[in-house]
Amino acid sequence: MIINAVQIPAVVFQLTQLLLVVLAAPLLTGWVNQCQAWLQNRSGAGVLQPYRVLHKLFLKDAVIAYNASWLFRVTPYVVFGCMWLAATIIPIIAVDLPFSRAADVIALVGVFALARMFGALAAMDIGTAFGTMGARREMMVSFLAEPALLMVLFTASMLSHSTQLPYIVSAFSRHQFMLYPSLAFAALAFLIVLLAENARIPVDNPNTHLELTMIHEAMILEYSARHLALIEWASSLKLFAYFSIGIALFLPYGIAEVGHWSALPLSILLLLFKLALAGVGLALFEALSAKMRIFRAPEFLGTAFLLAVLGLLIHFLLSA
Amino acid sequence: MPIIHPGLQLTPLHGAAPAWQGFIGQDDLQPICRSVCDSGGRLVALWGSDERASGPGFVLHLVLLNETGLICLHLPLSAVQPAYPDVSEIFPAAGRMQRAAYDLLGIAHNGTDQRQWLRHAAWRSGSFPLCKDFDAVQSRTDELDNYPFVQVAGHGVHEIAVGPVHAGIIEPGHFRFSVVGEKVLRLEERFGYTHKGIEKRFESMSLGQGAKLAGRVSGDSTVAYAWAYAMATESIAGTTPPDRALWLRALFLERERIANHLGDLGFLGNDVAFSFGLTQFWILKEQVLRNNAALFEHRYLMDTICPGGVSVDLAESGKQILLEECAMLEREAHLLRNIYEEHASIQDRYMGTGYVAPKLAAQLGLCGLAGRASSQVWDARVQFACAPYDQLDVRIAVHHNGDVAARVIVRFDELFESLRLQRKIVSKLMPSDILMLPLEKLPGNGFGLGLVEGWRGEVMVAIHTDAQGNLARVHPHDPSWQNWPVLEHAIMNNVVPDFPLINKSFNLSYSGHDL
Repeated sequence: MIINAVQIPAVVFQLTQLLLVVLAAPLLTGWVNQCQAWLQNRSGAGVLQPYRVLHKLFLKDAVIAYNASWLFRVTPYVVFGCMWLAATIIPIIAVDLPFSRAADVIALVGVFALARMFGALAAMDIGTAFGTMGARREMMVSFLAEPALLMVLFTASMLSHSTQLPYIVSAFSRHQFMLYPSLAFAALAFLIVLLAENARIPVDNPNTHLELTMIHEAMILEYSARHLALIEWASSLKLFAYFSIGIALFLPYGIAEVGHWSALPLSILLLLFKLALAGVGLALFEALSAKMRIFRAPEFLGTAFLLAVLGLLIHFLLSA
Repeated sequence: MPIIHPGLQLTPLHGAAPAWQGFIGQDDLQPICRSVCDSGGRLVALWGSDERASGPGFVLHLVLLNETGLICLHLPLSAVQPAYPDVSEIFPAAGRMQRAAYDLLGIAHNGTDQRQWLRHAAWRSGSFPLCKDFDAVQSRTDELDNYPFVQVAGHGVHEIAVGPVHAGIIEPGHFRFSVVGEKVLRLEERFGYTHKGIEKRFESMSLGQGAKLAGRVSGDSTVAYAWAYAMATESIAGTTPPDRALWLRALFLERERIANHLGDLGFLGNDVAFSFGLTQFWILKEQVLRNNAALFEHRYLMDTICPGGVSVDLAESGKQILLEECAMLEREAHLLRNIYEEHASIQDRYMGTGYVAPKLAAQLGLCGLAGRASSQVWDARVQFACAPYDQLDVRIAVHHNGDVAARVIVRFDELFESLRLQRKIVSKLMPSDILMLPLEKLPGNGFGLGLVEGWRGEVMVAIHTDAQGNLARVHPHDPSWQNWPVLEHAIMNNVVPDFPLINKSFNLSYSGHDL
């Protein structure tokens, strides 16, 4: 393939985002944790703590169950790869990234599903009660969250007449600020999906040590060292990706066009600001709510689906 | 006289708790238990002792309780193949105590459950550590621990085995859940992982050393155990500690209750992922512990109570600190109580979860805080009010709902009551220089009981002395013995993820139970 003059900036922009997401994702997790610590009157471990944890985990020797198959070993790499890809193709610093064309929103949901499928299979692979328990709870939550997410993305697609992320984002960002009622519903639905998919309170609790209550953590109880590091990193990337989708769909203002070098610093700064703000919001929401009983999750996620469908209907009724 | 039974001679025991003792025969055991049970009484403890050196053989001891007092029954057993009739049909709580008594002493019961309880293949089957002729080296074994759990069969039923190694840093216990989906059909507990031979260790200890060990049976109840131990020694010696010492003991006990209730209320928030509650309550608990360290030289008040009195005094300047602490805790805890009670998603998790019906609680002998949350109106500070509680007029905290929410409410009520008591004790504390009437030596062949309402429930310590007045057998009894089996019922028909919350709402001891 010949890289012509037009494509070079696009590749540079893409590489920037590629590195930015993978390096900054733990920082986002650290920031959310730090905000939570502040909200709980704790001093907290600092925003760099996830990096320290990753460093520690990469230095350790991995312990793997005797009866673990290849599935258990490759899953961390698959999950990490999927999340990195997902976070890379979402236009966050610039609109027309080359990788963005690789997958539309439906494929993006598929990438998340692929990672989840591997995670669940690996959890069941070693045959512990907790792995299986976590896997089946995770599938229960995600099979309810996934349609809601698709509906949210369809609402956005309807408004921009495309399922391609770059088109959706550029359609929204080029408009002057405009209130779409359908998007407001979609945003609420998306928020619920974000909490459920990222194993946050009130659906799951990422900080719990109570193995019987765990969802996501129960699936990865058997992982250690580099495998655990990759999965933790992938979780950070997933949170980053979800925040990115949220920002791309609902707050795309300030995003750079490919090739506009001068817009790039401002675009990155704005992105960091939006992410920081979203992190505070997440921490605040988590601080204020208790975890719901597991069989309330279907109602909670049903609400998300309902809101997303309402968004879609409103679009058809009001064409807005 | 607490009970009348033909041929039963009860003699009163000296001491702070109203207690009687008497010797019975094999045939009297079940009828007496039945009549105590029928009159609303329950079983407090059951243990055995090896008295082959001084008497005919082994002796089984039971402490029963009804509203008039404690009844301690001694049942002599033969030296060869000692056995006694099962009482777990009458008092279900006796089941595990009987199994533990067999593991430690070889005294057999004819109950339906003959599985081992405390023995985890750490010593050979057929050798019994509490026998005086036990040889630890000879009893070593390589045999594997084989414990048949009860199986639940049916379509879609599977087991979840949890522990004894947990994902968090907590004490070890094994929980075997039989579930369908998320619903728990049956829970079976297995303990004994923290068995450290405390009762055996007591046998070679002096009175003072024993007091220290008693304070370490369960770290969160150190005051209750130390007081119960001291009460038992004073019961044998026939002495009464100085007035100020008794008031200070009550102060320590209430402070222990305050600290533990604060900690538990925090954990009960954390277990529903409301970490804000945890950090706020733990700030308060930490303040109490720091004041303990500053005023009484130990954060958890270990070794403050000793046989004959107390070892630390409250300085005049300390009174002001305690009163200020009371005011601060009352203010903050009221705020936090409002937050807990008005938080819909917390209450949604608490209400109806882990329900123990009052009838079931009475049947199974649920005691202490968990009992009071299920209508069991019983508090040793009220019914058997010893000095200084007889002058403090303790208000009992009772709730009828029997769920997690009720246990939270009882904790809050007891917290505020303990703060009121602390204030009252500080204001009524009479100046005196005498804190202790030292007890050096106990009379020979004595028996004494101590019963103290710890924060978890009634803590009992029984002491037997040999002919020289040394400790021959010390049996500390934790309320967890009664309450652990009830937890198995509380979880039934709840979902698996609610178990940690229900477990925390009871917050039972492993160390105090396994000894």
